[in-house]
Amino acid sequence: MSFLTYLINGLSLGSIYAIIALGYTMVYGIAKMLNFAHGDFIMVGCYIIFSVSAALSGNPIIGILIAIVLCTLLGITTEFVAYRPLRGAASPLAVLITAIGVSYLLENVALLIFGADIKSFTSVVKWEGITLFDGQLKIQGVTIVTIVVSIVILIVLQLFINKTKQGQAMLAASEDKGAAALMGINVNRTIMLTFAIGSALAAIAGALLCSAYPSLSPYTGAMPGIKAFVAAVLGGIGSIPGAMIGGLVLGIVEILSKTYISSQLSDAIVFGILVIVLLVKPTGILGKKYLEKV
Amino acid sequence: MSKTKRDNLITYGIVILAFIIFQVLSATGNLSSHMKGLLVPMTYYAVIAVALNLCVGILGELSIGHCGFMCIGAFTSAFFSKVTEEVLPTAPRFIIAFIIGIAFAALFGFLIGIPVLRLKGDYLAIVTLAFGEIIKNVINAFYIGVDSHGLHFSMKNAMELNMEADGQIIVNGAMGITGTPHDSNFAIGIAVLLISLFVVLNLINSRDGRAIMAVRDNYIAAEASGINVTRYKMMAFTISAAIAGAAGVLFSHNITTLTASSQYFGYNASIMILVYVVLGGIGNIRGSVIAACILYLLPELLRGLNTYRMLIYSIVLIVMMIVNWSPKVIEWRKRTFGNLLKKSGKEMA
Repeated sequence: MSFLTYLINGLSLGSIYAIIALGYTMVYGIAKMLNFAHGDFIMVGCYIIFSVSAALSGNPIIGILIAIVLCTLLGITTEFVAYRPLRGAASPLAVLITAIGVSYLLENVALLIFGADIKSFTSVVKWEGITLFDGQLKIQGVTIVTIVVSIVILIVLQLFINKTKQGQAMLAASEDKGAAALMGINVNRTIMLTFAIGSALAAIAGALLCSAYPSLSPYTGAMPGIKAFVAAVLGGIGSIPGAMIGGLVLGIVEILSKTYISSQLSDAIVFGILVIVLLVKPTGILGKKYLEKV
Repeated sequence: MSKTKRDNLITYGIVILAFIIFQVLSATGNLSSHMKGLLVPMTYYAVIAVALNLCVGILGELSIGHCGFMCIGAFTSAFFSKVTEEVLPTAPRFIIAFIIGIAFAALFGFLIGIPVLRLKGDYLAIVTLAFGEIIKNVINAFYIGVDSHGLHFSMKNAMELNMEADGQIIVNGAMGITGTPHDSNFAIGIAVLLISLFVVLNLINSRDGRAIMAVRDNYIAAEASGINVTRYKMMAFTISAAIAGAAGVLFSHNITTLTASSQYFGYNASIMILVYVVLGGIGNIRGSVIAACILYLLPELLRGLNTYRMLIYSIVLIVMMIVNWSPKVIEWRKRTFGNLLKKSGKEMA
């Protein structure tokens, strides 16, 4: 029964990774850049929810909504100010280093405003959860909410990408920006929309992450962000169902290795997976293969 | 004298001059003890900045796990020094410690390079980060002790070592290695910096160095010209890792308790080194040394600035990248300043 508990915990953590990975994979699929600061958007979202609930001491839903709006604005601004000028730069390293700079900037701004001490985050999910098998299996409310939210997000995103005009524009821009522009798609606006969606997802992921693991510091988002990138790569970068599968696998592996192998080594195991995937199947589980043309 | 030779001599000259100035200041009592304590860290940060610039600027691949190699150099050499502290005299022990630290860092650079260098760009960066974290985590879970029966290893905890009563724990997991002899000093640090500069500058101006830069600029064209891309990538990466290992040896023999903590060996530390490299000029080795020294000393000296240090660095990092790399800004600069700035644009390419 304890195995089942760990498995469900893994699913919950995996769902959070999946939501973050969705943001990564969409941005990478279209802008072809690793948004290193994505994890820090999560942290920003958490701090906004934290501050709003402290100020209003009321319904956390308002905090989440404000966090989603502000994170979306932050994502759009970052894209416009820091990443867009470097599109088409001679070296692909330029935008990556800039993204690292943005990540550093957000962490240090948070450090200056909120300080380095760890804040304890009040869960946004008030529901106690359910008890099964005569109290042998307890599932926390936040776990269930996390899993449900991630499934809803997955379905909505799939519908958005496949059924709406904007979604189709995203697909087109991710395949070939030049051709998409010739077909009348505003590529810059499409990329901006992608950043907006990714950042909004980061805010939701932040609320869920800090509800499940209620310690908030300026570095809260960094590690989950990087692990979510591992999840995106594992599932196949650019693929939305892939990000979901990758996230779930990674979450389960992390929790199980923490429990049964060593809590010290669980991060090493997670990163080991990344290395193995990139060596054996660099396109990930559901990724498409691109041939390089000269 | 050719231009590159003169340039290289200027670089060595700057380092030697800085050494003399600090020595004079120290001898005349103008250097506080706090300042003296900063001199050795300054040299090893300069050394690892040179190593990272070889990887980022010359090889053209972004590594955000270089502190992992530093970590390997630090731990292997500290382990050796600690074990042989009573057996060997200081000088040969420290030399062998250097050889061990550098050799292990190079070995790991080579082994990690085999999978990593098959990747490019973002993937390569994130995998180097992954390896850096793996190294840190594995070392944190390592326990090694020695007693009359020899060495004992464990990956669980110190009790698992099953040592005799006379046993001594050398590597104590997350507590690291305590009591490494303090063999590093400023002169040795400067010597290591000069040797790494000599190695890197000569590599850049050699046939191999030109091949490495050709791979960086266009690997398909380089391959078509008969350059063995994998070989040269491995070469640059391994040398870079080895130099990072040397920085690690200096590091571990300068502090009392060596732990594989995020502060020193995590990816944030690696990014800190990247800041030095970017601000010094990507591909500009002399710039890396100067930037590392100034950026290390400045916030330590101006305590008030320390709170805002990282904030300022991150803003400067973003602005530098946009000013130097944005196609639109480059065009604007060309239009506005005409031929004046042609040189600085060339340097970056």
